[in-house]
Amino acid sequence: MKVGVVVFPGSNCDHDAWYAVSQSLHQKAEFIWHESASLGDVDAVILPGGFSYGDYLRCGAIAKFSPVMQAVSKFAREGGLVAGICNGFQVLTEAGLLPGALVRNENLKFVCKRVPLEVVTTDSSFSHQATKGQILRLPVAHGEGCYIADERTLDQLEAEDRVLVRYLENPNGSMRNIAGILNEKRNVMGMMPHPERAADPLLGNTDGLTILNSLIHAQVTASKS
Amino acid sequence: MSKITPEVIAAHQLTQSEYDKVLRLLGREPSITELGIFSVMWSEHCSYKSSRIHLKKLPTESPRVLQGPGENAGIIDIGDGNAIAFKIESHNHPSFIEPFQGAATGVGGILRDIFTMGARPIAVMDSIRFGKLDDTKTGIRNQHILEGVVSGIAHYGNCFGVPTVGGECVFEESYDGNPLVNVFALGVFRHDEIFYGKASGVGNSVIYVGAKTGRDGIHGASMASAEFTEESKQKRPNVQVGDPFMEKLLLEACLEAMKTGAIVGIQDMGAAGLTSSTCEMGSRAGTGIEIELDKVPQREPGMTAYEMMLSESQERMLIVAQHGREEELYRVFQKWGLDAVQIGVVTADGMLRVKHHGAVMAEIPNRALADEAPRYDRPHTTPLRTAPLHGPEVRSKDLLADLKKLLASGDLGSKRWIYEQYDHQVRTNTVSGPGAEAAIVRIKGSKTSVAMSLDGNGRYCYLDPREGTKLIVAECCRNLSTAGALPIATTNNLNFGNPERPEIMAQLVESIEGLAEACRFFEVPVTGGNVSLYNETLGTPIFPTPVVGIVGTLETAPPVGIHFPKPGSTVILLGGLGKPTPDELGGTQYAKVVLDQLWGKPPSLDMDYEKRVQATIRELVRSRAVESAHDLGDGGLAIALAESSFGTGGSSQEAIGADIRLDSDLAPELLLFHEGPSRVLVSATDPEKVFALARQNNVEAVAIGVTLESRLVVRNRDVTLIDSRVDALNDLWADALEHLLQDPVLVNTNV
Repeated sequence: MKVGVVVFPGSNCDHDAWYAVSQSLHQKAEFIWHESASLGDVDAVILPGGFSYGDYLRCGAIAKFSPVMQAVSKFAREGGLVAGICNGFQVLTEAGLLPGALVRNENLKFVCKRVPLEVVTTDSSFSHQATKGQILRLPVAHGEGCYIADERTLDQLEAEDRVLVRYLENPNGSMRNIAGILNEKRNVMGMMPHPERAADPLLGNTDGLTILNSLIHAQVTASKS
Repeated sequence: MSKITPEVIAAHQLTQSEYDKVLRLLGREPSITELGIFSVMWSEHCSYKSSRIHLKKLPTESPRVLQGPGENAGIIDIGDGNAIAFKIESHNHPSFIEPFQGAATGVGGILRDIFTMGARPIAVMDSIRFGKLDDTKTGIRNQHILEGVVSGIAHYGNCFGVPTVGGECVFEESYDGNPLVNVFALGVFRHDEIFYGKASGVGNSVIYVGAKTGRDGIHGASMASAEFTEESKQKRPNVQVGDPFMEKLLLEACLEAMKTGAIVGIQDMGAAGLTSSTCEMGSRAGTGIEIELDKVPQREPGMTAYEMMLSESQERMLIVAQHGREEELYRVFQKWGLDAVQIGVVTADGMLRVKHHGAVMAEIPNRALADEAPRYDRPHTTPLRTAPLHGPEVRSKDLLADLKKLLASGDLGSKRWIYEQYDHQVRTNTVSGPGAEAAIVRIKGSKTSVAMSLDGNGRYCYLDPREGTKLIVAECCRNLSTAGALPIATTNNLNFGNPERPEIMAQLVESIEGLAEACRFFEVPVTGGNVSLYNETLGTPIFPTPVVGIVGTLETAPPVGIHFPKPGSTVILLGGLGKPTPDELGGTQYAKVVLDQLWGKPPSLDMDYEKRVQATIRELVRSRAVESAHDLGDGGLAIALAESSFGTGGSSQEAIGADIRLDSDLAPELLLFHEGPSRVLVSATDPEKVFALARQNNVEAVAIGVTLESRLVVRNRDVTLIDSRVDALNDLWADALEHLLQDPVLVNTNV
């Protein structure tokens, strides 16, 4: 599988995602500059962590207008696999590819630590290698990771089995402990925790490989553009 | 044009004799712009005029040193064609006036020092000191400063994308009106990627890149060289505002621009921005620089030459580029959305010439600014010290209660509340992060990792600046050795009071000489650093506080942690129980937290023994003959035992404590809490390997007990000194800072 990692000017986990995919999982990975209007021939796209355009307005609020996000939206509409991690999740909600929003952590402080998560659905290209209820310990590192949505949306996410992972110890005040979700077609995923930071035994945690391995072994349905 | 009166000279913090020197060097009266330029370049902050003659005593060379002091950062060879650049710098004064921005721009400044040399920053550590959080008068203010500083560091480092991997945080009355914020940064690059701040090649272009120039931070450097008074609160506009996103763009653009081969020299615009970058680059190359201020990107209209030359707007760099290749650089900066404008040329005459609206506003020899700043051999007598030599007779009523008090204290409690606000993992290199013996960062694409540690101890240095500083170096090296790394080089931040007071100057001199002696002995040459003087508020100086950052290397491998990993292992105290006198308890955390006193002298240090202990633990860790290793430092044996028991395993797992049986004539308070150096607590399944190597290196190794589940028990002969469940201790320790920050009595106090 060939994975494209989008690079916004303020992305800072772009290299980490690239490293996990190419060095830990031995897949092809390439960077896609934010001004690029095409994604090339990639099979999946990762929107990495960071601060896209500085994020002084709202996280991801400017990023959604970038040329690359037009391409990502088209790719997603056509069934392409899109994974937004941390800032990438924020960008996906701003771009309307995922419902809800991410706002400042309940205690107003940045939080960086390892948290236990429960895999809620395994029916997705991002979790099919997990078992239902499996506990993953993944790092979070964000200041605006509190997931919010209206009650109807939250009910719908749960009714349609679109909650990917839930916090067992909620670090940011997210509604219904939601840490990651899917879109209706289940090909777009956003999560605040960082699987790419937990993909190397040297760093003492490989729980992220469950998510990343699911992605690279997923069925690819997107038409390449 | 303003007339240069004695009042104007004094307002620029130049003495009459310094002004006379300006007249001599120029051969005429300076313009107000020139006076401003001299005042910042000759400030203590930029010129090191009080410390320079003593800093020469420091060892600066070894086969690994590629660049010693004098550049933006020191550079050390780490093998495989890789090198690291690292340095520490203070932002004490700005952080007191505006904690958030003061600390944030402190991080920004040191990061620029690293990437201006061509290295990509891969780690930051910070050493921060505040007044006590529970002080009835100043506690609330100190909490506010702590929160501001920590969120400022977090804001800048997290957004920039560099992990904050360690550091230290201390609370002490002495820092009440003068917090210390020292930030260390380290970057990595290849040997052939190193850039210097040199304006070589007459006719080459001088290019300004990055953020626009505004009126912020004017005279920051001279502010950092004055004591705090009631008026300094009005100096708020002197503190700069940081933009980490801009810095991130600048980093990527600079590293990319360096690859074009068109850059001859590059330097960041730090203190005294345009002034220091131009004259220092010119001075290093023996050239002149002529700039036209009309071309400088400006944030606001109507700025004078004086304001532009002294502005400390952040996130700016000065580049000297090969003539004719400017376009290659413009393309890169345009890609990253940054201003890049030619503002001048390199000339042959050695002058800094500044033009504005067609007129020459300043014309000064570069060397006069950069190299001919006054140097003072300030008088120094006996170091300031009022603490008694002998202390009270110490007899504890309840040693367990004492231990709990220590664990819940600001200094010894977990720093989790701080480091969880820092992204300590970004770039996925952090092998050991906050809370570990030393931070370890792997170098991708190489088999080598870099370890680093930051240490200071104002109490020891107050009792004895020379011995205190030696102890800090020993401790810092011990941290690295205990993590399995070989210490190789040092950076330092000397935080002291007013050097014009002979008893303060004496502290500085003694401390530098102690630093020199220890760095020479442990073979960790000093490659750079920073001196921050005038750390006094209303005449009260801080404790003399040298902060030492030492880096080392080791082979990349999963780390040996500080925690006991399993029950049934032998607990060994490498280096022995020590032979402290009661006077050596006077500077310890026990004296501070439990007794609220300060007396005596720092623990005595046998450097030769220390070196052997370190060689031993390094080899034991490298060969994995030990399962855990934790050096004894603040709080002594009892704290090391407790911390080794606070494993971070799954919440369902039982903590692993220890059953310790000691056999010593020492008084229990000394035995448990003395802070004698040269000691490391280890656990091992096969203790014979530890004993054998210790014997071989002529180092004491005492089996003191075994690890066991859930409890920490310490007995000396037949007397039980400590007996507690580990989790009861862990709870106090883990939430120490939260509890201090939420003291309801304080929250309701109006200060």
